[in-house]
Amino acid sequence: MSRQSVTPVITALAALGAGIGVLAIGLAASGYDPILGLGALGRGAFGSWYNFTSATLVRAVPLILLGLGVALAFRAGALNVGAEGQFYAGAIVATWVGIHVAGWPSALAIGAVWGAAAVAGVLWIALPVLLKVRFGVLEVISTLLLNFVAEAAVSYAVTGPLQEAKRIYPQSDPIAAAARLPLLPGSRLHGGILLTVLLAAALWFLFTRTRWGFRLKAVGLGPEAARVSGRIPVKRVIAGALLWSGALAGLGGGVEISGVTYTLFQNLSPGYGFTAIAVALLARLHPLGIVATGILFGAIEAGAQGMQREAGVPAVAVQVAEATIILAVLLAEVLARRSAARTVRAEDPA
Amino acid sequence: MSGERASLELLGISKAFGSVHALRGADFSLVPGKVHALLGENGAGKSTLLHIACGMIPPDAGVIRVRNAETVIRSPRAARALGIGMVHQHFTSIGALTVRENIALSVGRTDRVVDGRTEADLPRRLMAGLPEAARVESLSVVLRQRLEIAKALATGASILLLDEPSAVLAPSEVDELLILVREFVDAGGAAALITHKLREVFMAADRVTVLRHGVVTFSGAVAGQTEETLALAMIGEGVERGHDGERQAAPIPSESAPVVARFGDVPLKAGELVGIAAIEGNGQQELLRRIARGDGALGSVALVPEDRTTEGLIPDLSITENLVLGLDEDPQWARGRRLDWARARSRTGELIEAFRIRAESPDAPVRSLSGGNQQKVVLARALERRPAILIAENPTRGLDIRATAFVHAQLRAAAAAGVLVLVYSTDLDEVLDLGRRVLVVHAGRVAEAPRGAGRRLVGDMLLGIVRGATKVEP
Amino acid sequence: MTGEVVALTGFVAAAIRISTPLLLAATGEMLNERAGVINLGVEGAMLAGALASAMGAAAGGPWAGALLAVAAGVLVAGVFAAVAIGARADQIISGTAITLGSVGLTGAIYRTAFGPGGPGLSLPTFSAVPIPGLFEVPVLGPSLFNQPALTYLAWLLVPMAWWFLFRSWWGLALRATGESKDAARASGVPVRRVQVLATLTGGALSGLAGATLVLAQVGTFAEKMTAGRGFIAIAIVVLGRWHPAGILLAALLFGAANALQFAFQAMRLSVPYQLFLVLPYGLTLLALAGAVGKAKAPAGLGK
Repeated sequence: MSRQSVTPVITALAALGAGIGVLAIGLAASGYDPILGLGALGRGAFGSWYNFTSATLVRAVPLILLGLGVALAFRAGALNVGAEGQFYAGAIVATWVGIHVAGWPSALAIGAVWGAAAVAGVLWIALPVLLKVRFGVLEVISTLLLNFVAEAAVSYAVTGPLQEAKRIYPQSDPIAAAARLPLLPGSRLHGGILLTVLLAAALWFLFTRTRWGFRLKAVGLGPEAARVSGRIPVKRVIAGALLWSGALAGLGGGVEISGVTYTLFQNLSPGYGFTAIAVALLARLHPLGIVATGILFGAIEAGAQGMQREAGVPAVAVQVAEATIILAVLLAEVLARRSAARTVRAEDPA
Repeated sequence: MSGERASLELLGISKAFGSVHALRGADFSLVPGKVHALLGENGAGKSTLLHIACGMIPPDAGVIRVRNAETVIRSPRAARALGIGMVHQHFTSIGALTVRENIALSVGRTDRVVDGRTEADLPRRLMAGLPEAARVESLSVVLRQRLEIAKALATGASILLLDEPSAVLAPSEVDELLILVREFVDAGGAAALITHKLREVFMAADRVTVLRHGVVTFSGAVAGQTEETLALAMIGEGVERGHDGERQAAPIPSESAPVVARFGDVPLKAGELVGIAAIEGNGQQELLRRIARGDGALGSVALVPEDRTTEGLIPDLSITENLVLGLDEDPQWARGRRLDWARARSRTGELIEAFRIRAESPDAPVRSLSGGNQQKVVLARALERRPAILIAENPTRGLDIRATAFVHAQLRAAAAAGVLVLVYSTDLDEVLDLGRRVLVVHAGRVAEAPRGAGRRLVGDMLLGIVRGATKVEP
Repeated sequence: MTGEVVALTGFVAAAIRISTPLLLAATGEMLNERAGVINLGVEGAMLAGALASAMGAAAGGPWAGALLAVAAGVLVAGVFAAVAIGARADQIISGTAITLGSVGLTGAIYRTAFGPGGPGLSLPTFSAVPIPGLFEVPVLGPSLFNQPALTYLAWLLVPMAWWFLFRSWWGLALRATGESKDAARASGVPVRRVQVLATLTGGALSGLAGATLVLAQVGTFAEKMTAGRGFIAIAIVVLGRWHPAGILLAALLFGAANALQFAFQAMRLSVPYQLFLVLPYGLTLLALAGAVGKAKAPAGLGK
């Protein structure tokens, strides 16, 4: 392995270590037994084949999809922190479509649900894209605020137009059987896992081998040079990246509906949109790496439930670990840049 | 130096950045009433020495004495307290703030009083044209430079360090600046003037110190020196100042060559090497970029942009990737929508050899190359497009003499091969050396300098005093 | 006649009350951004302050809560300062990460301390303090001058911030830092120190904003209760053109928009409540779109 490809892995492992370390310290400081807590975490994630497929991998699917979306945008230098909202937009539309495709052939039904979900994601990010391109509004703020709007939209939907016919609970009717994904026998792992692997491979190919992928990278690392020397339409590239990013996040919502819950309700996502940021950053935006980090964070979240069950630690505590990982990756990048700069300064006398 | 009380003495100064020695045992001293020029080509260490003197960088070795007392200058603030004022090459005033606020910032108090002085004590000639409440961003370059000097004087500077102040001025503006410096020095101050122009040394300085590769090669009175002796000290043996020779060797494009582009209203033909002279901010970049944007029916246009690290290259990407930038639709580098990295890498290797770029490999990040080698990458990419028109903006800025000569040779060769080459430079000498034709841009309008026009005439055209051969009525 | 006056008074009073946390956070963020640092961790600091204020108030009364909130805000801002200014990591990503971490941490601490998903705690709150004399003024009196102490504090900060920024040397140094770090440094300004202090002050005010939210508005703590107010504060800074007076007006505007739901209720119009939830965000986006371009941000922001 060349030096360039070893360092990101080491950085990732170090960041992971930092995250777990901080979690352990936090546990100890709050009066929990860190060994017990971390052990419960591990068992919840990997303790059994069922745990692995039905807790870890099931959670990994939306994380990978949203992570790919976040990475795509970030490669072009755009920060999509609205994956959560786009996920919900996709879920809402997927539910509606899923209810109305009863009697369709399954492949068509699933295709319709997924397609609609992706389109919903694009539409949800379209406003931030417009605001950015036309008015220069930071997409970080606009996409993030729309998350809250999406949550309100879900709340409205499940107490209003999409509420179940019985009108008892704030949830939708279940989607038609035709729209539900096949499951791995003996588990809750659904066909969506295949989609994630396919998309990750496709994105990796697109990133590394095509002009489009190269232009994303150029725009992300040097927008002025891309514009002047590369003659690249920077705004268009960034807009495109964000729209595709929204599509992937929306698709994540559709997959979750068609594979896991079959119904729409509030708090469908335990923060997938935000964890996906950590997933993407830890994998240094590498699509295949995102599969790995997606599984890793799926494990952490699955383990968190186990930790809560066994050791009584609130599951949300793992978000501290996730935030630590993001910060650790940032710092590692800064350090790497510093040491590279130090060897460069030597060449340029004042 | 004996018998005169020195204001500032830098003795035995050494400074290294990593493995590069910017300064080795350099001596430089200032005496009240005298202007001392610090001469050397780009990269010789002049700026480093002055940055040490004004407290921005600490020296690795050596002694600093201010008015005979040995001191350590820890920061710009400390330098200011010692009476050392620096006029930087890149202005350090803040555009959004007013003149008064900028001065107050330097002085450290909002009532602008230092040692009992007020703004009224600043030289009138200096302060003319600097309204207190004006935002600095609305001021011209000349006035902004005056503000730099005003800031230094307002903080009570008795030692003035000027870092290549003439780089952004037209010749007559340079004269005015040097008068101000002379006034300051006659009133008892000491001044250091960094420059790489021999002419300025003879015009303005009493003493001169020459730096080459961080070492002092000469120090003494200006009187008694000639351009040749100083040039020798600056450049060393074995480098011919063959500019005139080269200019005559360039072939004259035939009259029947096609008109390839228009700069302003002036038609330009294939195979011409045209120099564009202008002071920063006169609309020349807009005119150039307009040409650069359009790949005409006659062929493509390649650009070597002014700011190579933000507009020309992406520092974190490799040499190969940077070459692909802008070439990603070229069939030699890409096949349809897919990029052929293997082919790109091998072609990059060929270009590295052809242009003698010093780099570890085609995969080395461009960040790791020196300024000269980075510029070679930009140039290689531009020429790889086999353009009909090549535009170069300040292509030799910050390069040492070898790299500069290389770039000039490449530009001449391109013109000889039939490319229309436009070279814009704020260095008037470079423009006059290179260009067979010289176009001057002032306030967005283009005028051609008469064949054989000298510095004075072109300088007046730069300021808009003269258009072509006729004087403009005020 | 009197009924409408009462409704109007109630509306204005509510608008002012609701705008206070926004005003505090925005004033803090303004100082931050004027120094060239964009701090997206405001939301996190506010939430941390909210939790701290709840815990402090439960233990020692509202003022203890406020003090603890300030400390919490400074702590969160301190982490941001260490990463974004000390290590010079990307400000936007760092700020986002800190907000995420703060959401997780406050949730975890709250559940540990107060049990999972329990009903809201009842806390000792700040009551309205009428200003004698001014309170008597018809209409404006009861609405403007019968506010909790923290609101008066927030208002007092406005002229103080103005004087600091435009009349003192340190305010000048701060503004210079935000325009160009290099130029400021060359003029002798201790750039890093200025940025860190600005960030910590911003954190303190954000924490205080969280305390205001809990102890002078809602009366209790709930997870994720800030619901994006930190980002609305950032939009207020833009809308107010980084000027204390502009920020005051913009904050009042947002407060008024939020208070609208009470006005609607008073007029007995039935609209799905989600619309009122969404209104502030829509307004924020509108403000950002309209203001950017006309307003000039500090030139060195984010660099």
